[in-house]
Amino acid sequence: MACAPGPDPRGAGGGHERPSWDNRLQYLLSCIGFAVGLGNIWRFPYLCQTYGGGAFLIPYLVALVLEGIPLFHIELAIGQHLRTGSVGVWKAVSPYLGGVGLGCLTVSFLVSMYYNTVLTWVLWYFLNSFQNPLPWGSCPLDLNRTGFEAECQASSPVSYFWYRRTLNITADISDSGSIQWRLLACLAASWAVVYLCVIRGIESMGKAIYFTALFPYLVLTIFLIRGLSLPGAVKGLTYLFTPDVRILQSPRVWLDAATQIFFSLSLAFGGHIAFASYNPHRNNCEKDAVIISLVNSLTSLYASIAMFSVLGFKAANDHGRCLDRNILRLINAFELPDQSVNRDDYAAVLSHLNATQPERVARLCLETCRLEDFLDKSASGTGLAFIIFTEAILHMPGAPGWAVLFFGMLFTLGLSSMFGNMESIITPLLDMGVTHRFIPKEVLTGLACLVCFLSAICFTLQSGNYWLEIFDNYAAPLNLMVFAFFEVVGVAYVYGVQRFSDDVESMTGRRPGLYWQVTWKVVSPLLLLTIFVAYVVTLARTPLSYKAWDTQYVRFPTRQEKSYPGWVQAACVLLCFLPVLWVPAVALAQLLAAHRRKKDTGRDRCPKL
Amino acid sequence: MRQNNSITQEHTRRSKAKADGENAFKVRLSIRTALGDNAYAWDTNEEYLFKAMVAFSMRKVPNRETTEISHVLVCNVTQRVSFWFVVTDPLKNHTLPAVEVQTAIRMNRNRINGAFFLNDQTLEFLKIPSTLAPPTDPSVPIWIIIFGVIFCIVIVAVMLLILSGIRQRRRMSKGPTEVDDSEDKCENTITIENGIPCDPLDTKGGHINDAFMTEDERLTPL
Repeated sequence: MACAPGPDPRGAGGGHERPSWDNRLQYLLSCIGFAVGLGNIWRFPYLCQTYGGGAFLIPYLVALVLEGIPLFHIELAIGQHLRTGSVGVWKAVSPYLGGVGLGCLTVSFLVSMYYNTVLTWVLWYFLNSFQNPLPWGSCPLDLNRTGFEAECQASSPVSYFWYRRTLNITADISDSGSIQWRLLACLAASWAVVYLCVIRGIESMGKAIYFTALFPYLVLTIFLIRGLSLPGAVKGLTYLFTPDVRILQSPRVWLDAATQIFFSLSLAFGGHIAFASYNPHRNNCEKDAVIISLVNSLTSLYASIAMFSVLGFKAANDHGRCLDRNILRLINAFELPDQSVNRDDYAAVLSHLNATQPERVARLCLETCRLEDFLDKSASGTGLAFIIFTEAILHMPGAPGWAVLFFGMLFTLGLSSMFGNMESIITPLLDMGVTHRFIPKEVLTGLACLVCFLSAICFTLQSGNYWLEIFDNYAAPLNLMVFAFFEVVGVAYVYGVQRFSDDVESMTGRRPGLYWQVTWKVVSPLLLLTIFVAYVVTLARTPLSYKAWDTQYVRFPTRQEKSYPGWVQAACVLLCFLPVLWVPAVALAQLLAAHRRKKDTGRDRCPKL
Repeated sequence: MRQNNSITQEHTRRSKAKADGENAFKVRLSIRTALGDNAYAWDTNEEYLFKAMVAFSMRKVPNRETTEISHVLVCNVTQRVSFWFVVTDPLKNHTLPAVEVQTAIRMNRNRINGAFFLNDQTLEFLKIPSTLAPPTDPSVPIWIIIFGVIFCIVIVAVMLLILSGIRQRRRMSKGPTEVDDSEDKCENTITIENGIPCDPLDTKGGHINDAFMTEDERLTPL
């Protein structure tokens, strides 16, 4: 054994040593921050609501145990053991699997582009929250100041602010419109913030993560406490969480649970591999995997309780206002004294009037106000955050403060996920030795951020939202599933479970038990294959269409379903398959190289007469 | 005789004020909504005030400065509180055209609202649209101010980090040459041969000469 320290055989990247986390908490918070993202806030509550409330937790937990935790453990263990980014890791597992790493890099780049655009929108709303009254609370006036803008009047102030004042959206995806300079400025600002935090890799990110990973929990707690004290919140919570166990019979629920767990943990991006590669060799990655996955799922649950209580308040509020509108119509038509009918008496008064003067009542066109109808109105994604929740905030006392808190929370949530995305791009590039020793890391991170920023400018066009939905639906899901499948199969069969278990034992001190072996070898690959096939089948069956915000549409404000033009469909297909092509391309290249090498050695071995 | 005259005059006036006449306007008040517990009851005195305000508004119109309170007729008062009113011109014995009344009311809407402690939503003139107040737009939108603050902070922080990184790197490139000098001066350089430190003159421990240690191990035990 050498007494003096020799060069680290496993470290890569020039003569300087690999940076490492200041402490274990930074590493855990970074992984948690990467896993916990916007999807925990606006995708999980929607799934819970659609799939029978509390009953959805059963398939969710089953998917977590059978698919989420094993895959996560593989990523952390292999990154920690091989101490290099995703490209180097898969090249080390097998030269034929090198394409997986490159594919992960490509997908991370595509996702970074559009994920930060969502953060741009969040930043725009955040900046607009510092005023009272909030700008999405009322419609702007029309030209002769006798009424409100037609578009706003037909839809709602909140939708108008989102579609017109923020996105300035066009009616069709082929109509690109012009670049919105307000969004461009916010895009530059959010990329500047991302650059500030990842400028020195994990040194700078480790400091920033304390705030960006913990602040959302603080805000969620505040919203939970406030939400539970609002009228109607408890009713909303009970309605939305009441389990409907019959829903478990549908296979679609299990499929969506497995898919949700997969994307929620941010697997197959290469980000967790990058984070784990900065760990010391002796670190209990098994415990880390379980802790982080559980924290991610508990955060989803916690967030959905906070969201549902506020949404329950909103539903109760909307229901009350619906009743008030009906009462006003009744009072005005029948000349009853002002404020003589309150919400509790409404039903009795209506039935009395219906009995005595039914034709007059029928002419009034009263709305049906049922609380369940308002509670059933659900949305996921940007619709939940920018339309439904902003409307709920309008009716909370002290609305600007709540808006600032909410959008600040969304921004920090997305920011910590962006760290993971950027690290999954930067760490492999650093390890591949792309930079010469004299180009500092700051320049590489700056270049990466600049390239992503310039590419993301296309999302600030007026049709940007339509393109973002395309990226969200087609760029990531299929590719990630393919890469995850290759990851599991690569580690379990190509690298070998025994060899992998030896590595894990050398790192944690304990050999992985039966649960890990079974899930790595059998359960997880099967599950991944099933959800991949099901996803492809669903995708093939649904026609490629999008919902356009068209003011000329007959049924405006309902969005019009339009199908994509041909060139856009081609772009969708390209996004689906281009990153995956790295895998066969690299495998083929390796095959050809091996073949050529064998031919050369064969020629050398030939006896020279 | 005079009594009969005044009664017939009242009748003719009221017939002119019949609801749905083309120059009549319906008014609707929601006093309890606006004032809650401080709501006042609507009685004939309030009606008188209303007629006074309408007459006042008409007086502001050129050619109508001689409008009197008695020219304003109110009828069909309901519990809601809602009623119809019309402005007459007794000299020519007809009702004033709706357009004139509408313009007059619109110009003095604020005064009328103020007299009753109501606003445009709680004191409704059903055929007269109110001019909505323009939104108070500050000269510089607030979001630009906050954006400027955040952006400047971020740029300054990035500059500081880059500068400190450059300074650190300059110190490190000067650093190794300094370390070499100190190493020459240092007496405790450890040279390694066969993996065993060859420093027999190590005065710290001072007991066992490591160079001889392996000799014993090579000898087979007896």
